[in-house]
Amino acid sequence: MPLTLTAPARAIMIQPLLSIVNLTLAFRGAADAEPAVRDVSFDVLPGEVLALVGESGSGKSITAQSILRLLNPSAARYDSGQIHFSGQDLLRTDERQLNRIRGGSIGMIFQEPMTSLNPLQSIEKQLSESLYLHKGLSRATARPLVIEWLQRVEIRDAAQRLKALPHELSGGERQRVMIAMALINEPDLLIADEPTTALDVTVQAQILRLLKRLQGELGMSVLFITHDLGIVRKLADRVMVMRQGEIIEQGVTAEVFDHPKTDYTRELLAADPGAPPAPIKQIKPLLQVANLRTWFAVNTGFLKRVKHYVKAVDDISFSLAEGETLGIVGESGSGKTTLGRSVLQLIKCEGDVNFTLAGEQAPHNLLQLNAKQMKPLRRHIQIIFQDPFASLSPRMSVVQIIAEGLKVYERLSNAELEARVIDAMQQVQLDPELRHRYPNEFSGGQRQRIAIARALILKPRLLVLDEPTSALDRSVQKDIIDLLQRLQREHGLSYLFISHDLSVVRSMSHRIMIMKDGKVVEQGAADAIFNQPQHPYSKALLAAASAPL
Amino acid sequence: MSLITLSPINCERWQRFKNNRRGYYSLWIFLILFGLSLLAELIANNVPLVIQHEGEWYFPIVKEYSELDFGGDFDVVADYRDEYIADLINAEGWMLWPPIRFDYRAINYNLPGPAPSPPSVENWLGTDDLGRDILARLIYGFRISVMFGLFLTLATSVVGIAVGAIQGFYGGKVDLIGQRFLEVWSSVPTLFVLIIIASMVPPSFWILLGILLIFGWMALVGVVRAEFLRARNFEYVLAARSMGVSNKAIMWRHLLPNAMVATLTFIPFLLVGGVTSLTALDFLGFGLPPGSASLGEMVSQGKNNLHAPWIGLSVFVVLSLLLTLLVFVGEAVRDAVDPNRTR
Repeated sequence: MPLTLTAPARAIMIQPLLSIVNLTLAFRGAADAEPAVRDVSFDVLPGEVLALVGESGSGKSITAQSILRLLNPSAARYDSGQIHFSGQDLLRTDERQLNRIRGGSIGMIFQEPMTSLNPLQSIEKQLSESLYLHKGLSRATARPLVIEWLQRVEIRDAAQRLKALPHELSGGERQRVMIAMALINEPDLLIADEPTTALDVTVQAQILRLLKRLQGELGMSVLFITHDLGIVRKLADRVMVMRQGEIIEQGVTAEVFDHPKTDYTRELLAADPGAPPAPIKQIKPLLQVANLRTWFAVNTGFLKRVKHYVKAVDDISFSLAEGETLGIVGESGSGKTTLGRSVLQLIKCEGDVNFTLAGEQAPHNLLQLNAKQMKPLRRHIQIIFQDPFASLSPRMSVVQIIAEGLKVYERLSNAELEARVIDAMQQVQLDPELRHRYPNEFSGGQRQRIAIARALILKPRLLVLDEPTSALDRSVQKDIIDLLQRLQREHGLSYLFISHDLSVVRSMSHRIMIMKDGKVVEQGAADAIFNQPQHPYSKALLAAASAPL
Repeated sequence: MSLITLSPINCERWQRFKNNRRGYYSLWIFLILFGLSLLAELIANNVPLVIQHEGEWYFPIVKEYSELDFGGDFDVVADYRDEYIADLINAEGWMLWPPIRFDYRAINYNLPGPAPSPPSVENWLGTDDLGRDILARLIYGFRISVMFGLFLTLATSVVGIAVGAIQGFYGGKVDLIGQRFLEVWSSVPTLFVLIIIASMVPPSFWILLGILLIFGWMALVGVVRAEFLRARNFEYVLAARSMGVSNKAIMWRHLLPNAMVATLTFIPFLLVGGVTSLTALDFLGFGLPPGSASLGEMVSQGKNNLHAPWIGLSVFVVLSLLLTLLVFVGEAVRDAVDPNRTR
C-alpha cells in the first residue's frame, strides 16, 4: 500500500516510528576527514517499506548501521544528530538499553548470510539465543517457537533441521534463517542491508516475496538498503536516493521513478545497459569448442582414491565467430567461470578447443599443445575478471601492470613500451598522465579500464569477460559496456561474455548460452532466447528477472 | 625510477613503523649499539690505535711490530702494556690507546687480587675468573651474537622462502612430498646432533651456523607455502598466466611480495631466536670454541661465580637489553606490515 500523503499531512497524522534528524558521521583517522554521512534526516513510518538507494560508497550502509550504533566507536565519530526511536535518542542511550532494542524491537539482516551466522553453532541455538536474551525463554520453551519461525520463513522439514549448522544450508536457506533470527522477536522495524545481493536471481525473487509477505503479516516497517532499482520498484512504498553521504532525493516510489527531480536519479534510472549489438556481417569461425569436460576429482577414504567427480563443465560444445559475442548465462555454481578458464587453459580439461588465427587455415587445438607451444597463442586470448580490485597487483604501478604482458612477447625499448602503454590507456579512455600511480588510487570503473588496457595491448582476438561489470555500480556498468562494444567494433574482437545479469547480457550478446549444473540448457540467438525460451529452466530464469512480486 | 622510491604501500608502512615510537627508538638504539660493536677493535683492544715513534707512524691494530722496532732487546711481538716498552715509546713519541685497553682474550696480569676481580678504573666492569676484561668481552660477544643471528636469519629465510615458494606454487605431489619430508626432518633432535658433531669436529662459527641452518630452515616454510597456495589463484596471477608470463616471473613479481608481508613479521623474531640459540649452546659448552667472546660462555661463568655478581649482572643486562630491543622492533614491524591494517 503506497503512501500518497503529502509531507505536512503525514506529520500531523502519523507519528513516525524512527526519525533521524541531521545525522552527521565521520570516520576517525580518515585522511580527508570528510564526513561519510552528512546531515541526513528522514522518518520511517509504521508499516511502510522505505528503500535507501545509492551506489557503493554513498553512505547508505553506514547510515543503517548507525541506527543501532553498530559501528566501532573507536573508528566512527558522530558529529551531530539524533536518532529517535520509541521516545529515546538511540545515539545517547546506554549500551544496556540499546542491547534490548537490538534484536528486540529493531531487527537487522545483512548482505552476506555465510558470515553473519556463527559457523560453529546449530541454527536452533542461534535462533533461541535471541529469544533467551529478549524474552528469557529456556531452550525447551523456545523450541516450538523456533520451529514455527523456521516454517514461516519456508525452510523445508524445519523440525528435523534444528541441529543443522550454517554450512549445511544453501545460500538462500541461510538468508531465510537470518530473516527468522531478525524477526523472531517480532520487531517494529527491520533493517535489511542488501539482503539479496549475494544470491542468485531465482533465489532473490523468493526471498523478496518472503520478506514482503512477512512484512504484511507482522505489520512492521522495513528500511531496505539496496543498489538494485528493480527491487525498489517492486518492494518499496517510498524511496530515498543517497549520494556521497547526502540524501539528494526522496519521495513516493512511483513518483520518483516517473518524475525524478535530480539529474543523478535520472542517470541512475536511465542506466539501462543499452541496445543489443549490430549483427555481424560474415561468419569466420574463431573458436570451436567440442565436448569440453572439466571434472574435478573428489578423493575420499584412507587411500585417497578417486571416488567421484564434480562435473563443473560437462560435455559442452559451442562455436564463436570473429567479431561475435557469446553470452554465457547461469547462476552461481553453474560452471560458467570454469568454462571460461578452461578455454584459456588455466584449468586442466578434456575435449577439443580449436582456435583459428586470422590468416591461417588450420585451427590449433589448444588442448593438445604443451606449455611451450601454447605460449605464442596466449597473447591472442585474454581474460577480464569480475573484481577489479583483485585483478590488479597492488604493488605495481599502472604502467608496469599494462606493460607486463607485452614484455613477454616483444623486446621494446622503454620509450616504445611507454608509447604503447599510453596508446592502450587512451583506447580505454584513461588519462595517460595517471600511468605512474598505483591501483589503489583508482575507482572500480577505472580499474576495470586498466584491466581492459592490459589485455588490449597484446592485440588479442578473443576476450573472455568473466562478469566484468558485476562488481561495478550501475552507471559505471554502462560506460564499461559501451567501451567494450566500441572496442569490438573497432578491432573485430570476439567476446565470451560470462554473466548472471540478464539485462547486461542482452545488450552485449549476439548469441546466448544458458548453463545449469555444468551443462548447456539452451543456446541460440539472443532475441530467440529472450523472446521464446524453450527449456523450463530458461523460462524460470527469465521470469525471475522480470516478474513482479 | 630510482631504487629507493617506495611504493605507496611501503611508504604507509614506514610511516606506521615510525609512529610506533617504542619500536622506532628501539631500532635506532639497536643500530647504534650494533654499529659500535662493529668497531669493537677500535674501542676495546690490547694494542694502541696509533703510535708515533721517532718520527714514524705505527698502526699496531693492522700490523704486528717487534720490540726491536721500538728499541727493545728481543725480537718478539711488542707488548705495549709492558711498562718497559711503554716507556721506550713514550720517550721518543706517543701512543693513542682505545678507551678500553683489553680485547676479549687479553688477560690482565696486574690484578690487585685473585681473578675474578671487581670493577675498577682499569677494568670498568671487573674481570672474569681468568682475568679477562668483562666490558671488552661484552662488546665482542654482542657483535658475534648479532652477526650470528643475522647470518642465521638470512640463510634460514632464503632457504625457507625458496622451499615454501616451490611447495606452494606447484602444490600437488611436490607439496605432499615436501610436507612429509618437513615433518620427518623437523623431528630430528637438533641438540643431540650438535653434541655428536661437536665430538667429531671442533665447532667453529661457520660450522655452528651450518648445523643450525640445516635443522632450522623450516621456520618460514609453512607461512610462505600458505601464502603461495592462497595467492596463486588470485585474479592478477591468473591474468599474468593468461598473458603467458613465465612461472619464475609470476613467483618473483606477484607471489613473493605477498609472502614477504608474512615473512617480514617473522624475521625479527627469527633473529631473536638465533641469538638465543647461540647463547644457549655456548652456555652448555657445545657452542663456539673455548676462548671466543660469547655471551653464553659469560652466562655460564656468572653461574659458576656467584660470589662475583658483576659477571652475571653485566651479561644479564646486555642480553636482556639486546633481546628486548629486537622484540620491540619486531613488534613494530609486525604492526606496520600487518595485512589487516593495510586495507
